[in-house]
Amino acid sequence: MSQTLSNSTSSSPVSALSGPEASGLPVVPEWRRALNKFLGHRGLFIGSVILGFIVLAAIFAPWLAPHDPYVQNISQRMIPPIWHEKGTWEHILGTDKLGRDYLSRLLYGARISLTIGLTAALISGVIGTTLGVLAGYFGGRTDAVISYIITTRLALPVLLVALAMAALVGGSLEMVIILLGLLLWDRFAVVARSTTQQLRDAEFIASAKVLGASTSYILIRELLPNILSALIVVITLEMAHAILLEATLSFLGLGVQPPLPSWGLMVSEGKAYMFFQPWVIAIPGITLMILVLAINLVGDGLRDMNAPEGRN
Amino acid sequence: MLVFIFRRLLVAIGVAITVSIISFMLLHLSGDLATAIAGPESTADQVEEIRVAFGLDKPIIQQYFSWLISAVQLDFGRSYYFQDTVMDLISERLPITLTLGALALGIATFVAIPLGVLAAIKQDTWIDRLALMIAVVGQAMPSFWFALTLIVVFAVNLHWLPAGGNSTWMHFILPAIALGYYAMPAMMRLTRTGMLEVLGSDYIRTARSKGLSETSVVFKHALRNAVIPVVALAAVELGFMLGGSIVIESVFSLKGLGQLAWDAISRNDYPVVQAVVLIIAVFYIALNFVADVINAMLDPRLRVR
Repeated sequence: MSQTLSNSTSSSPVSALSGPEASGLPVVPEWRRALNKFLGHRGLFIGSVILGFIVLAAIFAPWLAPHDPYVQNISQRMIPPIWHEKGTWEHILGTDKLGRDYLSRLLYGARISLTIGLTAALISGVIGTTLGVLAGYFGGRTDAVISYIITTRLALPVLLVALAMAALVGGSLEMVIILLGLLLWDRFAVVARSTTQQLRDAEFIASAKVLGASTSYILIRELLPNILSALIVVITLEMAHAILLEATLSFLGLGVQPPLPSWGLMVSEGKAYMFFQPWVIAIPGITLMILVLAINLVGDGLRDMNAPEGRN
Repeated sequence: MLVFIFRRLLVAIGVAITVSIISFMLLHLSGDLATAIAGPESTADQVEEIRVAFGLDKPIIQQYFSWLISAVQLDFGRSYYFQDTVMDLISERLPITLTLGALALGIATFVAIPLGVLAAIKQDTWIDRLALMIAVVGQAMPSFWFALTLIVVFAVNLHWLPAGGNSTWMHFILPAIALGYYAMPAMMRLTRTGMLEVLGSDYIRTARSKGLSETSVVFKHALRNAVIPVVALAAVELGFMLGGSIVIESVFSLKGLGQLAWDAISRNDYPVVQAVVLIIAVFYIALNFVADVINAMLDPRLRVR
């Protein structure tokens, strides 16, 4: 409550009284408590560290990659990774069927997964949050219409519709982002709607109304900051969802197109070789799993920090 | 309760109609249908002939209604590619996908409920953590990759099970595991939360204080109540699986609805695509309706909303 008050009416005497100062307890800065909680939550900590590494690897891919991810070398095809007896230090994770360095492709592939995950989640976040906040705040007929749109969206099989649309418009990185952005907003809408409903009648909203604030001001400046923590959890979940869907679309040939090193595409390209060289699908598959796992751990951790009493 | 069911049924039918409009639009967004049906070597006159023959010269709303009326009678027209009606194709493939879905759901339930119960009884022990870890990893694993890994391990290396096809029941085991693993984490978590909630409730304390054995308390009193929302979730998951079967079926070359959808999508065979989208969506809507009713029977508060 003190947080919601201080967000809206920080100069009012009410918030000064309800703060920690009033109780006479030693003042622990907000960020210190958040940091302690963060370090104390194992899943969140591990997830953030792994995710941090992958993000850094993606950003610095041009410097980290030992080879050009697109250069083919027919004389160096299907070299196994270093732990294999025929592996070489030249290609630590081996090469693919066209002789391209697997590690370099993996590093550049991180860029594709993270870009798609983040942008698709942001697009769907904007759509879903707008719908959810409007439904939750206005209620009545607006709510009925938007709830109906959400129900309809939930009834559509995401993967099938995404595949059919991708076949129509042609698969590409941009198309995958737009398609997933337009499809994955349902959870944002559901969460934004219910959190807005809870806050709609809160005192700080009422006082803003009394002060004569416009509806758009109330929604954007008063309401949105207070439902943001719930939405950030959804962003992480939808990011993971989008990354898995992109990989699936690319695996089925209707997502990111070759020669781009999408991890899903790498699994698909390695499929023909998996019987004798299982590492060609194991490496991109496990990397994909670790990335999604890390994002989910961060999401679960953030949710626990918001509501520490219920772990599940 | 009847009012609730009736209202939900109305919404479900409304959503189904909206979805039918969307899947109809899908066909018309795909380009000029008359040209597509006529094929690349036809003359402009032939295209016009087909346009009139298929009623494609009529206003789009009229076309939609005539499509909807035949769709309700399960007539989805003819496939562009296969020499068959869409309905023949679907009725041939649907049993395979339904078998796969039911098996997958069975496997998921068989693993999720005992694991969830165990995690709840042994809360905060290593068993609980292990169960949580399996769930978290399960949610992170790409289904197509898990399916391929199952093939490499159980079909290629161990020779226990066939890698693809659908001639015997053995062919369904690996696909069902791959698909079921996908649904398991959510069910496991819900069982665990439900069990924890129920085990902390008053009537369980009463049952314990009566001196009932722990097994009787857990299985006869607690599980029976904790499992109902899981049944509702299972209905929803079955709907998800029908959509997710497209990946699993294409990996295992199982000739079900998903494989049909995939073939149709890659050949721009839109009458088939829209029929599959519509059928899966209607299944999904129906299963959600069932889940809503189950939940409302369980929790009267939900009926008011």
